[in-house]
Amino acid sequence: MKLTRKSDTALTNNASNKLGINRRQFMKQMGVATGGIAAASMMGTGMIRRAEAKDVPHNAPTEIKRTICSACAVGCGLYAEVQNGVWTGQEPAFDHPFNAGGHCAKGAALREHGHGEKRLKYPMKLVGGKWKKISWDQAFNEVGDKMMDIRKESGPDSVYFMGSAKFSNEGCYMYRKLAAMWGTNNVDHSARICHSTTVAGVANTWGYGAQTNSFNDIQNAHAIFFIGANPAEAHPVAMQHILIAKEKNNAKLVVVDPRFSRTAAHADLHCGLRPGTDIPFIYGMLWHIFENGWEDKSFIDQRVFAMDSIREEVKKFPPKEVAHITGCSEEEVYQAAKIMAENRPGTVIWCMGGTQHHVGNANTRAYCILQLALGNMGIQGGGTNIFRGHDNVQGATDLGLLFDTLPGYYGLTSGAWAHWSNVWSLDLDWVKSRFDQNEYLGRVPMNTPGIPCSRWHDGVLETPEKLAQKDRVRMGFFWGQSVNTETRQSDVRDALDKMETVVVVDPFPTMAGVMHRRQDGVYLLPAATQFETEGSVSNSGRSQQWREKVIEPLFESKTDLEIMYRLSQKLGIDKEYTKRIAKNANDLLVIEDITREINRGMWTIGMSGQSPERLKQHTQNWGLFSNKTLEALGGEVKGETYGLPWPCWGTPEQKHPGTQILYNTNKHVLQGGGNFRARYGVEYEGQNLLAEGSFSVGSEIEDGYPEFTADMLKQLGWWDDLTAEEKQHADGHNWKTDISGGIQRVAMKHGCIPYGNAKARCIVWNFPDQVPVHREPLYTPRRDLVAKYPTYNDMQVHRLPTLYKSIQDHDSSVKYPLALTSGRLVEYEGGGEESRSNPWLAELQQQMFVEISPADAADRGLRDGDTVWLEGAEGGRIKIKAMVTPRVKPGVTWMPYHFAGVMHGESLAANYPEGTVPYVIGESANTALTYGYDPVTQMQETKASLCQIVKA
Amino acid sequence: MATMKFLCDTKRCIECNGCVTACKNENDSALEWGIQRRRVVTLKDGEPGEASISVACMHCTDAPCMAVCPTDCFYPTEDGIVLHNKDTCIGCGYCFYACPFGAPQFPQKSTFGGRGKMDKCTFCAGGPEEDHSEAERLKYGSNRIAEGKLPMCAELCATKSLLAGDAGVVSNIYRERVASRGSNNAIWG
Repeated sequence: MKLTRKSDTALTNNASNKLGINRRQFMKQMGVATGGIAAASMMGTGMIRRAEAKDVPHNAPTEIKRTICSACAVGCGLYAEVQNGVWTGQEPAFDHPFNAGGHCAKGAALREHGHGEKRLKYPMKLVGGKWKKISWDQAFNEVGDKMMDIRKESGPDSVYFMGSAKFSNEGCYMYRKLAAMWGTNNVDHSARICHSTTVAGVANTWGYGAQTNSFNDIQNAHAIFFIGANPAEAHPVAMQHILIAKEKNNAKLVVVDPRFSRTAAHADLHCGLRPGTDIPFIYGMLWHIFENGWEDKSFIDQRVFAMDSIREEVKKFPPKEVAHITGCSEEEVYQAAKIMAENRPGTVIWCMGGTQHHVGNANTRAYCILQLALGNMGIQGGGTNIFRGHDNVQGATDLGLLFDTLPGYYGLTSGAWAHWSNVWSLDLDWVKSRFDQNEYLGRVPMNTPGIPCSRWHDGVLETPEKLAQKDRVRMGFFWGQSVNTETRQSDVRDALDKMETVVVVDPFPTMAGVMHRRQDGVYLLPAATQFETEGSVSNSGRSQQWREKVIEPLFESKTDLEIMYRLSQKLGIDKEYTKRIAKNANDLLVIEDITREINRGMWTIGMSGQSPERLKQHTQNWGLFSNKTLEALGGEVKGETYGLPWPCWGTPEQKHPGTQILYNTNKHVLQGGGNFRARYGVEYEGQNLLAEGSFSVGSEIEDGYPEFTADMLKQLGWWDDLTAEEKQHADGHNWKTDISGGIQRVAMKHGCIPYGNAKARCIVWNFPDQVPVHREPLYTPRRDLVAKYPTYNDMQVHRLPTLYKSIQDHDSSVKYPLALTSGRLVEYEGGGEESRSNPWLAELQQQMFVEISPADAADRGLRDGDTVWLEGAEGGRIKIKAMVTPRVKPGVTWMPYHFAGVMHGESLAANYPEGTVPYVIGESANTALTYGYDPVTQMQETKASLCQIVKA
Repeated sequence: MATMKFLCDTKRCIECNGCVTACKNENDSALEWGIQRRRVVTLKDGEPGEASISVACMHCTDAPCMAVCPTDCFYPTEDGIVLHNKDTCIGCGYCFYACPFGAPQFPQKSTFGGRGKMDKCTFCAGGPEEDHSEAERLKYGSNRIAEGKLPMCAELCATKSLLAGDAGVVSNIYRERVASRGSNNAIWG
């Protein structure tokens, strides 16, 4: 990244504050020899200066806190040193099993969270275009009153609850619960635009939508296949394990990515496919695999359903056709297949490059099918290692911070509500009474998925008659979510303008608080970071860790849980909301009680055995777990896997050790064994869906079997293995709804997996495409392929009308000839408000830019570093720098998506409250990115669009 | 005594800049916007053969900066770490021209060429002031060596690419890696 890496001008600043000053001030002062800005003047007015590291003498007593990095989902541990209440030092945790002390730029700069110079300092309200400081009481009162007014006029569905993957598990759970008790499913978070298509596609293939193995297990791989993943930038510490596999096993690395990424720089083979052609590429590989008989036939016979349907589809993709569609040579595709066939076990790793497409769910199913064909599932060194983006996006997804499910993927059926009402010890009728009881477009709100994170703005802008709810969204909470990560930024801005009240709850003002053109009706409520509270966090490999509180909340910030609880008090639902949760002396929720309530309800994924005591024990003893196997060889946690990755079956007292590798039949269930889940019934069109002759070690049923119910226990003669108390809870229930855990316990006692033993399926009959079907992007540069590989017809998805064909029918490729895709930079994360406010990171990436190939640059008369206008296919224009690089192929352009604070060439800096402008601001890539949503999950298309670039 | 060295294993470096921000984090008190004691340099950026290396002061045994400094502000510690005294530095910039790694940096650019006091990597060993004194912290940053720790950049390296410590230990780790990789993958493309 030579364009922005160098800071060629040192700052002429004599101020005692060595943190640096914001970039605009920096630019203003270039060439001026004197002058400097004192630290105090950069803080909000009326602020008392906090104690900082420099105020603490070196020999002040030091407390050591164990915490977890809050950037990506690798879950790197570190030791935070605290002196006099100030976070003064950060020491590597060499004994941590995930990262062995290593950190990327973000993790190595983590201590800056203890400075928080650019944070929101106190609650604020926009009055007549000016930010005004208000008290927390005023904030809760006004926000709560507004909610009640809207509820009266438009019903509960007109309030939108945008949540966050940065919450702790307890925060995620309580936020979802708050929305439920308010009476809406209009709650979602960034997993929608991250891995929602993975969760849908993968769970519908073999049972669960999570990463199947662990980061550490990649050390056992002999081939590593990356598609739409760039861990060298997005998950750098994962590269530690990947490079160990490369060195120790001579593992082959294959990178399939439109760019020659930094991960590709370490690969044996790079295949630069055209954005949006993942399915043809995978089918191209499968063509060679089937042609050469490289598939694992016995694995397929025993454990895979309907691979023959895939064989039929694959026949349509011979090498020549694949090369024609993907732009990769026939040889490249052949080599990719050969490497994966000859080097087993192999693992497949994907991220946003695969998921963020209007065919995202089908992409993820195609990747799974590749692994099924190779027999790489349920084994060490194999699996689909699906790296999650944010530190707790796995937990947020597990805990149902989603528009289409309650915690634990129970869905929104009446049965699901009955189960959770039971867990909450609440009357189902009361919960039901909180919802709008009417029907809209034939749907009942309580049982209908809400409006997705990717399209909340359509919930504001669409005419109410077309929405499957009473009225449009009139008020929204933006709680730990950067709206600049959503495509169609002009519509996002219009929606922010149109809403009656916008409530931002975040450590930073974020774009929801800044990019609108409003004069009134915006509240900024300062939330504490996860270092200012405690709680559990789930990494991408399903392991949980317990963060200790490092420092007290900075400024006037409050923790997420406190804000939620106070709001519930204002709304008069706090008794029900916290029925099973104790309060401490300061009237704050006891966090461990929330974890226990999570345990009480999360039977589906086995998030039931991870009590707060066990999680703390693991985190406090992380040094006992092996960096290679993740298991503890001895000590008080002997035999357990670090972080008790779910499923951690049964109750905490049953001491299940956690499941590092999903669907692994080589282990007993009580040691973390498993098999594919019986989730789709026992037969389909007369064909058996259960496994044949395959079962996990020690299973007393030596064949496939359905999921466990009370009746099944009776039929098997195992009913009396239950205690009398368990029988009371279990009768009439199944393994998912028996809150005593008895059914799970008895099933496991007989070596069986509670969820049954079935085949993985290659066809998903409840999806728009039964097998993954290649469909050209809505905005494709290859008009010649549209007729053969068209998109879907327009359709209604849950509450919103969704366009496909009507967009693709229009040829945009003449005016916008360049394919446009987006991705991550190592220095920043997500929408970037937090990381661009960290001077140690911001200094390294100061400019928003677009990567363009030398050929396309030459055609446009562009040189490296030129300022350009990039116009997206829907007319969004952004003014950025051109980075001319062979990293992208001719015809393809790439942008990072972390920037915001400039729109259509105009700075939004004046809209921020004083002292909160991030060190670096820039145009959001999503201002230029366009329409396109997955029909199953409403994932947004950010990886295949079109643009034109001209010199500014 | 030990002889302290850095070594960057380019086959492991992924240009994640962790070492750069680790240095900023640890030496925050002495650094300002624009001064990076450590940088990651990438060759063949975006092309096959792309390789990155993390560079800072290499603490040379026969350091050219020390040879050219007109005020003799440099001095080696008994661990072989090359440090300098900001009180005697006159900001002439000779060391910058002499250094093969571009390590010395200067905080100011002004009309008459005044550069300010030179700043460079200290191997997290502070400076001539008393260990852990306020003066040492503000001028040079941390002093991990005095606490028996190694430089933060290497300790926090994501992929264990950047190694720091006694030359013998560092070279043993590296030799073991090269042996398991085979000669084709020893170093660079």
